[in-house]
Amino acid sequence: MNVYGWAQIFLYFLVILALTRPMGNYLYRVFEGERKPFPGIFGAAEYFVYRALMVDKNKEQTWKEYAFSLFIFSFFGILALYALQRLQFFLPFNPQTLEGVTPELAFNTAVSFVTNTNWQAYPGESTMGYLVQMAGLAWQNFLSAGAGIAVAFALARGLTRKANQAKTATIGNFWVDITRCTIYVLLPLSLLGALFLVSQGVIQNINPYREIVTLEGTRQSVAMGPVASQEIIKELGTNGGGFFNANSSHPFENPTPLTNFIEMVLIFLIPAGLTYTYGRMSGNRRQGWVLFCAMAILFMTGTAACYQAESHPNPILAGLPLDHSQGNMEGKEVRFGTSGSALFTVITTAASCGAVNSMHDSYTPMGGLVPLVNIMLGEVVFGGTGAGLYGMLIYAILAVFIAGLMVGRTPEYLGKKIEIREMQYAMAYILIFPVIVLITAAWSAAAPYGAGSVSNGGPHGLSQILYAASSAGGNNGSAFAGLNANTPWWNIMLGIAMLAGRFLMIVPVLAIGGSMAAKKDIPPGPGTFPTDGFLFVILLTGAVIIIGALTFFPALSIGPIVEHFMAQAGRRF
Amino acid sequence: MTKRSRKSISIFDGNILRQAIVESLKKLSPHIMVKNPVMFIVEVGCAVTTLLFVRDMLTSGHASAPLWFTVSVSVWLWFTVIFANFAEAVAEGRGRAQAESLRKIRKDTLAHLIKDGIETDVSSTILARGDIVVIRAGEVIPGDGEVIEGVASVDESVVTGESAPVIRESGGDRSAVTGGTRVLSDEIHVRITTDPGSSFLDRMISLVEGSSRQKTPNEVALHILLVGLTLVFLLVSATLVPLARYSGITLSVTVIAALLVCLIPTTIGGLISAIGIAGMDRLIRKNVLAMSGKAVEAAGDIDTLLLDKTGTITLGNRMASELIPVGGVTQEDLAESTFQASISDETPEGRSIVSLIGLQYDTAGFKKKLNGMVEYIPFSAYSRMSGCDFDGIMIRKGAVDAICAFVEGSGGTVSPQVRQTAERISEGGGTPLAVSRNADVLGIIHLKDMVKEGIGDRFDRFRAMGIKTVMVTGDNPRTAAAIAKEANVDGFLAEATPEKKMALIKEEQAKGRLVAMTGDGTNDAPALALADVGIAMNTGTQAAKEAANMVDLDSDPTKLLEVVEVGKQLLMTRGTLTTFSIANDVAKYFAILPAMFAGVYPEIAPLNVMRLTSPASAILSAVIFNAVIIILLIPLALRGVKYRPLGAATLLRRSLMIYGVGGIIVPFIGIKAIDMVLKALGFI
Repeated sequence: MNVYGWAQIFLYFLVILALTRPMGNYLYRVFEGERKPFPGIFGAAEYFVYRALMVDKNKEQTWKEYAFSLFIFSFFGILALYALQRLQFFLPFNPQTLEGVTPELAFNTAVSFVTNTNWQAYPGESTMGYLVQMAGLAWQNFLSAGAGIAVAFALARGLTRKANQAKTATIGNFWVDITRCTIYVLLPLSLLGALFLVSQGVIQNINPYREIVTLEGTRQSVAMGPVASQEIIKELGTNGGGFFNANSSHPFENPTPLTNFIEMVLIFLIPAGLTYTYGRMSGNRRQGWVLFCAMAILFMTGTAACYQAESHPNPILAGLPLDHSQGNMEGKEVRFGTSGSALFTVITTAASCGAVNSMHDSYTPMGGLVPLVNIMLGEVVFGGTGAGLYGMLIYAILAVFIAGLMVGRTPEYLGKKIEIREMQYAMAYILIFPVIVLITAAWSAAAPYGAGSVSNGGPHGLSQILYAASSAGGNNGSAFAGLNANTPWWNIMLGIAMLAGRFLMIVPVLAIGGSMAAKKDIPPGPGTFPTDGFLFVILLTGAVIIIGALTFFPALSIGPIVEHFMAQAGRRF
Repeated sequence: MTKRSRKSISIFDGNILRQAIVESLKKLSPHIMVKNPVMFIVEVGCAVTTLLFVRDMLTSGHASAPLWFTVSVSVWLWFTVIFANFAEAVAEGRGRAQAESLRKIRKDTLAHLIKDGIETDVSSTILARGDIVVIRAGEVIPGDGEVIEGVASVDESVVTGESAPVIRESGGDRSAVTGGTRVLSDEIHVRITTDPGSSFLDRMISLVEGSSRQKTPNEVALHILLVGLTLVFLLVSATLVPLARYSGITLSVTVIAALLVCLIPTTIGGLISAIGIAGMDRLIRKNVLAMSGKAVEAAGDIDTLLLDKTGTITLGNRMASELIPVGGVTQEDLAESTFQASISDETPEGRSIVSLIGLQYDTAGFKKKLNGMVEYIPFSAYSRMSGCDFDGIMIRKGAVDAICAFVEGSGGTVSPQVRQTAERISEGGGTPLAVSRNADVLGIIHLKDMVKEGIGDRFDRFRAMGIKTVMVTGDNPRTAAAIAKEANVDGFLAEATPEKKMALIKEEQAKGRLVAMTGDGTNDAPALALADVGIAMNTGTQAAKEAANMVDLDSDPTKLLEVVEVGKQLLMTRGTLTTFSIANDVAKYFAILPAMFAGVYPEIAPLNVMRLTSPASAILSAVIFNAVIIILLIPLALRGVKYRPLGAATLLRRSLMIYGVGGIIVPFIGIKAIDMVLKALGFI
């Protein structure tokens, strides 16, 4: 650890803190404001889309209609992306004449990008042609991020709206939300960001791969492609799917420490901004800052732990005559160092991004535990675009339910009572994630076709399995890459895990939005439990840790935790 | 007046405990257990480990764990279930004891049924709604009903504990009679208003016994949380087997069952129904009959309380509060004449005047002057005044107009000051009475509707709880405002009609507030039914009682304070024990997990922060702690967590410290202690 490392971490946090309000205000204007920004350009584009899709932007949907629209939209997204991959050999923009992708891998990848997971069981540069990258993967990067944000707004509307005059409680219109998100937020920011990335050396072309002669005289093929346009949305939309196999550690994706910093900022930009937007929607900005604070506490704790762990060398190498001043540099880029890598790792797993600039598999056991725990907490530490906010709000509802009882009132959140239905949906949400992760992991660990992909013996092998299951179920997409995931079992199982982790969990979220939208709100009194103070920050943080930890601690204790103790004791496998 | 308070039952009443032990074993029957999914899972765990023990005992050789370990874990798992059942049985036992005392009231009596003018004697149990019975002096009223003819004094002490008889008469607000009470004098005809088995008492008895107790909405919501957590831990325990096997660790079923039972929220799961039953029981001991647990819970959420002015906030009769002399009359002079005019006045107003003067002057002196021939003039509706004549002095006291006319008729003049003073008193909500001697008006007596002593403090307590109090009165707005200010209520509804009351309730409800209302009259019935919590006074009419969802046997309208507290306690007790239960899991992990994995991974030892003796003792200690904590928390579950009106944030901080942080720390100490005891006793 050194002062520059800490300085980078704190500077990063301050930048996020400073951007939260303007970003939040902008999002509020786009989704909830009367006067939208740049009506001449964006408004016209929006109008054109509604005309083409035959959408009435003033017609709101019930939660069921909203969910149905989202599912239909995603289902056709998966179909299209699957078809693109399978048929890429006779489609244009494929200068390397890459073959059609195998069915399991195409299924896995299609699901992966539509669910905002961007789990990649393939090396990008040798599997996907430019058309698939641009029209398939990048396209879904925009829309899956937009879908997450749409769901977050739908829930936020349900929680914050005063009782609807109409009998049927509506929570917005999916088609309007996703259109606005793309046109007003994701596209313009991506355009600006891509230009910046290009200025830093990120490539953007559709040329065939370059054959070069290295200094040593050997011939090498250098992959080309429209990288910048995909790189930017990969971070902004917390997607994480790299153009290249090496993801953000590749110099064409992330060439300098500055791009590294900007990429990290882009990952948290929308999730952090959404907390502020939520505060504005609730009519009390502190409601948003409370969520921000709980997220910030969890984030800074994780970052400190990971950076601390990675600043020390692998204990087994510690005695060797090597330069240990940089800490554990295995699998890390020298241009980012331990702090730039550890910080990126915590951010990418706290959010459901999954882009990586260093290899998580090579982290020390404790350093690798942090990203794993981040995912297992449900990626609510800022979290994915939209998904982080709605995940945290479910935790808030649970925390309010238990705490609300302790003050002797039927629990209420933002003046709306939490009753049987909300608890059913919230518990369903809480239950689905461990069901997916633990069953996927346990089955894979028990079956030879699952455990056979593991590349390390001992507890680290179990960590690889746990990481893969969590990453898919949590829609993160990063990997302990020692696991060979491109096998039929893993492709299909993780594909199912990603689908369930996304869509099964969205159902209860939208359902809560719908049932809360219909409720009368009760004006707060002295007996009402305040959810806009520091006490609630503590409570919310506690709820996230306790529920997450209680669920996964047993599995973790025979994975990274025991691995840590064994490494300390010098035991090897 | 003497009060017979309901017998309070000790938590450790021997009879109840004995019965509860038997009951807790009977409740092991799976079809009863399945109603509580959390404890049902525990029972399944017990059954599995017991079967395992039997198998291991019979087929020696391939035991998955040492025999003594399996049997110890099985026994303690059974204890966990039995302790939870015991908690419920104790709560039910206490309820039954209450019900027993209620049931004594509902004796089978002989009723004189009148049909087509013919009187026949029938058993009270076959009386149906609409039947008309006659009850004579000394007889017991056979069922709940309404007096349709006659007037009688009734001893209601069996229901209310109040020994003074009350008057029940046809028409008006005092027409309701309760079955089981006794007519002391006269004869009344009563129309029965309930069908057999559905009288107030019947419903109440089944509620306190827990037999017809339905889970309240909040209880159901909490159950969902608990079942959800149980499913999570079931999943955690089940998937741990293959995950551990991957690492070369074989976990025995006994160990997994122990882990599962320790993790699922058995503490709250085992006590949740006891908490609910005990809440109803507490309410009855406060002499409030509630129609459903839902109403009690709703009481805890009340935002606005509507209170009738007369009889609730004020004493209901006017009392003298001040003597105001006019002209050059001295205070003492006025007091003397007023005293002399009132000494024979037996009305409450007259008595209050005498006692007011008695506080300030030596009334014996005033009395002496009346030694001679005194002629008392009684009050008449015609003259609207009373007084006395002695030694040629005429002293009169009465309505201001009447006295003025009397004085002017006697040749005197009335100064404008008299009428001004009288007007001022009227405007302030009081009643002025004038006092005259011969042809002079001496002064004015200020009669006031007296606010009950200490009522302001009670309203302060309501305010601290976050409840807004609204006084409802038929008075004009000025009078109402004056009394509202004095009584320290937050608002008032003046010139109230039933329609206005309904409109006020609807308005409050539209703002999202929960409204409670107390009332006794038939005209209150619609409002009582509309309010979220309606509390009828037992002295009120049958219509009011039917419309309400609670009846206060003591007819004390501020009893709502206690009802609200019971409602809040119910929720708080559930919340704190849930928090405690979940927080406990942290320590249990640190006890059980290192023990499970130490065989293959001895390096995991640092996780054994409690330094427990051996893996077996660690697991056993956690299981024992998990069972014993249920027993230890039974008193808390039955008494309820104390509610203090401190404001939500303070309350929460306290509860979080005690039950959250405490819930994390206590099991570390407890498990370590049990481990040490087991070691000292040589079990391990």
